[in-house]
Amino acid sequence: MRDVAIIGTGQTRFGRWDKSNTELFCDAALEAMEEANVDQKDIEALYAGAVFPTFEEGQCNIGGHLVESLHLGNIPATRFEGACCSATIAIRDAYMWVASGFYDIVLAGGTERALLMGTSLATKTFAMAGDCKYEGNAGITFPGMFAMAARRYSKIYDIPLDKLREKMAHVSIKNHKHGALNPLAQFYQKMGNLKVEDVINSRMICDPLTLMDCCPFSDGGAAAIIASADIARRYTDEPIYILGAGQGSAGHLGAQEDMTKPASRVFSSRSAFKQAGLGPKDIDIMEIHDCFTSAEIIASEAIGFFDWGKGADAVEEGQTDIGGRPVVNPDGGLMGKGHPIGATGAAQVHTIAEEMKGRAPKGNQVDPVPEIGMTDTLGGGFNTLAHLILGRSRR
Amino acid sequence: MKEYYILTAKDFYDGLREDKIFGLRCKECGQITCPPLPTCQWCGSKDLEKTELSGMGEILTFTLIDVSPEGFEPHYIICMVKLDEGPTIMGRLDYDAEKATVKNERSQELIGMKVKASHVVLPADVYSGGEKIVPLFKAL
Ligand SMILES: [Zn+2]
Repeated sequence: MRDVAIIGTGQTRFGRWDKSNTELFCDAALEAMEEANVDQKDIEALYAGAVFPTFEEGQCNIGGHLVESLHLGNIPATRFEGACCSATIAIRDAYMWVASGFYDIVLAGGTERALLMGTSLATKTFAMAGDCKYEGNAGITFPGMFAMAARRYSKIYDIPLDKLREKMAHVSIKNHKHGALNPLAQFYQKMGNLKVEDVINSRMICDPLTLMDCCPFSDGGAAAIIASADIARRYTDEPIYILGAGQGSAGHLGAQEDMTKPASRVFSSRSAFKQAGLGPKDIDIMEIHDCFTSAEIIASEAIGFFDWGKGADAVEEGQTDIGGRPVVNPDGGLMGKGHPIGATGAAQVHTIAEEMKGRAPKGNQVDPVPEIGMTDTLGGGFNTLAHLILGRSRR
Repeated sequence: MKEYYILTAKDFYDGLREDKIFGLRCKECGQITCPPLPTCQWCGSKDLEKTELSGMGEILTFTLIDVSPEGFEPHYIICMVKLDEGPTIMGRLDYDAEKATVKNERSQELIGMKVKASHVVLPADVYSGGEKIVPLFKAL
């Protein structure tokens, strides 16, 4: 296995776009290619996360159209689909193909236009990421799954539900505070000063989760250029190294032992830590898949930052805000920045890279510049999990 | 070619239509797999036999869906039920929706409530490959 680096990243603004999935991917990819100073002929393969281009705009088999749009010749292009985790598994595979020596440079990223579907169809398609026969057919939704997780968490740790909802609200407050300062965020200059009551009293989506406990539907694209570390400095003075990568899987929720302690996430994050030779205490900055307030809390425990049942206290006490450790979602996370599901993992990588180069937006930038960062991306009801550990220095 | 499924999703649905919950008993570890898989969900063995479960269990957690997917009418309660025989399955809960909200200070007391399965038939949609047969749990 060779060392591998990210030599360029790009992200479109997240929110509502009148551009196709192909156009959003290519805007982000061209930005990443420009930053990396790579020539079109240098790129040997393209891996793209895209979850619902079929439902959104009648586009399947998007890979060839991406390659043609970017004038990459006839290189192989593969679509990766792991629900909201799609872009991270695309980047992880790019990493492995480069690490193996098969390719030197791969373009990986993702795209999505979830807003085009409208709330009703988007809610339906997102629910397709669960088991169609035994979950989807019952009418479960994704906020519904994390609403059930919140009630279970309240029960297991004996935290009264109204107290837990207050603690959960701090995830939304923190992430919207950061998102409001991020020009690429869906809620830029919006909702930067939420109060607990604003979250708890907003419209109920799936009891006890309100609208402000949930991330939005979003359009957007993001991309990264993955290269062998040996050649990375030909292209950039600031390569960001991939120190570890993990991926995990699980089936329907009922077959998982405990939805507040997702085993697929434990497996994936431990794999990444083991490969990097690092642990939770080494992480300065963290992009967590905060699709819902309860989701960020559960993730912060499963990755190993806090003991089981203590993640809710940690966010309430500000331990994951800028100035705390690890800083979680300084860019606004899914909640403030937006969640174009096929692109989300690549956008998390973009944020960590920008933070490590010291050029994140004011109010998002962590000081001092972080040395070690990590991304956590979730697809479905813990059905697909992936983690990347990134560093400013080679091992 | 050998077919490995002792119990398919269709068999499971057909059972549900008669308010029966079918599962699989593992001849190696003795535990129950439900809903059906070709391997034991506990030990991975393929040595399974079809068995009818009691349909009894207790609620692990639940939510009232206010914003539903296309083709579903809000408001309904989704729950996870740990069956007396061991496995956990998802279904609907037949219960007063108002009492399953945070407006009811005692809503969390639904967790642990003993229930028994019947079923509800929901209309097919473009993607469901026929009618949706869903376990419907009722308080005992
Ligand atoms: Zn067994």
